[in-house]
Amino acid sequence: MTSMTPAGDFRSSYRADTTIFPTRSSMMATIAGVALLCAAPLVFGRYELGLLITIGFSAIAALGLNILVGFTGQISIGHAAFFGFGAFASALLVEYHVPVPLAIWGAGLMTAVVGLVFGAPAARLKGLYLAIATLAAQFILEDFFARARWFSGGVAGRVTEPYELFGLRLDREETYFYVVLAHVVVMFLAAGNLMRTRDGRALIAVRDHYLSAEMMGVNLAYYRTLSFGIASFFAGVAGALYAHYLLFVSVEAFNILYSIQFLAMIIIGGLGSVMGSMMGAAFMVLLPEVVQAGADLLAGSAIDRTLRLGASISFLREMAIGAAIILFLIFEPDGLAHRWKMIKAYWKLYPFSH
Amino acid sequence: MDTTLLFQLVLNGLIVGALYGVVAMSFVLIYKASQVVNFAQGEFLLVGAWVCWWMLTTWQLPFWAGFLVTLAFMTLFGILLQIIVLRPLIGEPVISVIMATVGLSIFFQALMKWMFGVFAQPFPPIFTSERMRVMGLEVQTVYIASLGVSALIMLGFWWFFTYSKHGLAMRATAFDQQVAQSLGVSVPKVFAMSWAISAVVSTVAGVVVGVVNGVSSALSFYGIKVFPAVILGGLDSIVGAVLGGLIVGVLENLAQYVDAQWLNWGNMYQIAPFYALILILLIKPYGLFGTRNIERV
Repeated sequence: MTSMTPAGDFRSSYRADTTIFPTRSSMMATIAGVALLCAAPLVFGRYELGLLITIGFSAIAALGLNILVGFTGQISIGHAAFFGFGAFASALLVEYHVPVPLAIWGAGLMTAVVGLVFGAPAARLKGLYLAIATLAAQFILEDFFARARWFSGGVAGRVTEPYELFGLRLDREETYFYVVLAHVVVMFLAAGNLMRTRDGRALIAVRDHYLSAEMMGVNLAYYRTLSFGIASFFAGVAGALYAHYLLFVSVEAFNILYSIQFLAMIIIGGLGSVMGSMMGAAFMVLLPEVVQAGADLLAGSAIDRTLRLGASISFLREMAIGAAIILFLIFEPDGLAHRWKMIKAYWKLYPFSH
Repeated sequence: MDTTLLFQLVLNGLIVGALYGVVAMSFVLIYKASQVVNFAQGEFLLVGAWVCWWMLTTWQLPFWAGFLVTLAFMTLFGILLQIIVLRPLIGEPVISVIMATVGLSIFFQALMKWMFGVFAQPFPPIFTSERMRVMGLEVQTVYIASLGVSALIMLGFWWFFTYSKHGLAMRATAFDQQVAQSLGVSVPKVFAMSWAISAVVSTVAGVVVGVVNGVSSALSFYGIKVFPAVILGGLDSIVGAVLGGLIVGVLENLAQYVDAQWLNWGNMYQIAPFYALILILLIKPYGLFGTRNIERV
């Protein structure tokens, strides 16, 4: 991917090159965006807020996966299992009378530990071997959820408590939205900052050329495992947010298709882009809605009757996911984040785009 | 300990394992020729079996004709997939190629459910006698036939890669693409051919499983069971794939036996191969016959 910095935009110090926001106005735009989102509960109904909440926790999980896949170049096909582990862990902590706000972070830490265990093979493996190992992790963890009744409540699932802070119950969409928003802001700032540190640059070095990275003193085994831990931490926090939103966690949700959806989010959003994770999550959450809307539009027509659209809407959604992945890989491999930058550059440089 | 049951399970394992071996072989074929890890291998079985079922039930073709039509269709299917989806991704990072095949897998799984429904459909009966006795054991005729078909496919692979011109071209491409190209081998043609052969061979396995258990989306799980088999045998070894398939087949049956006798955990049949997979990756990541990739700093 070529650098999208326009000609004439010079940085004269490393400090200026590693700021979290490239310009002052981009920082202002971000703050304004968050402030605008704070007003969302006033405008939207419960259904739309529910979608926004789903986008929120999906984006946190996708961001974790992007740190692993996009920044470190390690492939994981078992992210939903870690997401599910976080959900169950948080429900379990609440069962032991840990307050929910703490349980969410505790679940993140517990998931990080599990991620480190499964990441241990990652110290030796890379590329498709790692992909296959994480695929195995997905099935093993899924089996563990179904089996371990003390942890997950077995096949029956586990009921959990709503988010409560200083005696305030934040259990409606209108209020829980702020909880998710706060976590999203914290996690995205954390990830943005991580990429400015030595550790973050080491992760990118491992991705770009691991032999050179090792020669320059980057400990490959350490950083590969660490990246698994970080990714699992994000997945765990996201899973916990999911658990306290639905107030019920059950095994079936965390299957391989969900893992693939997380991968699709970061591919569609843009590998190695923090904001891309958010765009990809929004795309993947809204895609089924678009399919549904399309099917509703055709409801009752001849096409609907011959193709049985209404009855097979879930298959159509899955097909849309698969098709979106393939089409993005072929036509827009750098994802929405890249497209967004192109659009911005087009307006900034119009009519002389060179 | 129930020895007859144990013996029966090992035999079952070998029969299922032979099918795993066939699917694993066609997986390795694609990997060797075009360096693509095909997560949609199970969908070849699925699509092939459904198409064959459709030919036999809706169009009322006799088995041999329907089967031939299916094979012709799958040849085209494999070639088209390679040209439309995989060819634009040559030179892209591993993750993109893997995700493209994952996308294909989701897409065709959902498409098949949409077109043919979610329920398992039985094949019309093909053999006249249901069961036969082999060495004092009751075995379904279909199983014997499937073992025969698997052996025939393996023999065919061996002949193809040792004696035929195209097989040699394929081996040359797998060994070194540039050298093969400079010797006049058309690499795009080899890629397309490897996908076509892989699709056809998987389809044969898919039809066999369909005849035994009925056609349903469970068929695509064979594509996932392939991973323990190929990792065990080594990702780029055809012999290893066959052996790995047999071992995985026996292993899952034995795990089920151990589980039923002593552990009572349930679900070991599905999960045991994945524990084995993790173990192999930790100890011997290049498998029994895979090429060791040595890197030094």
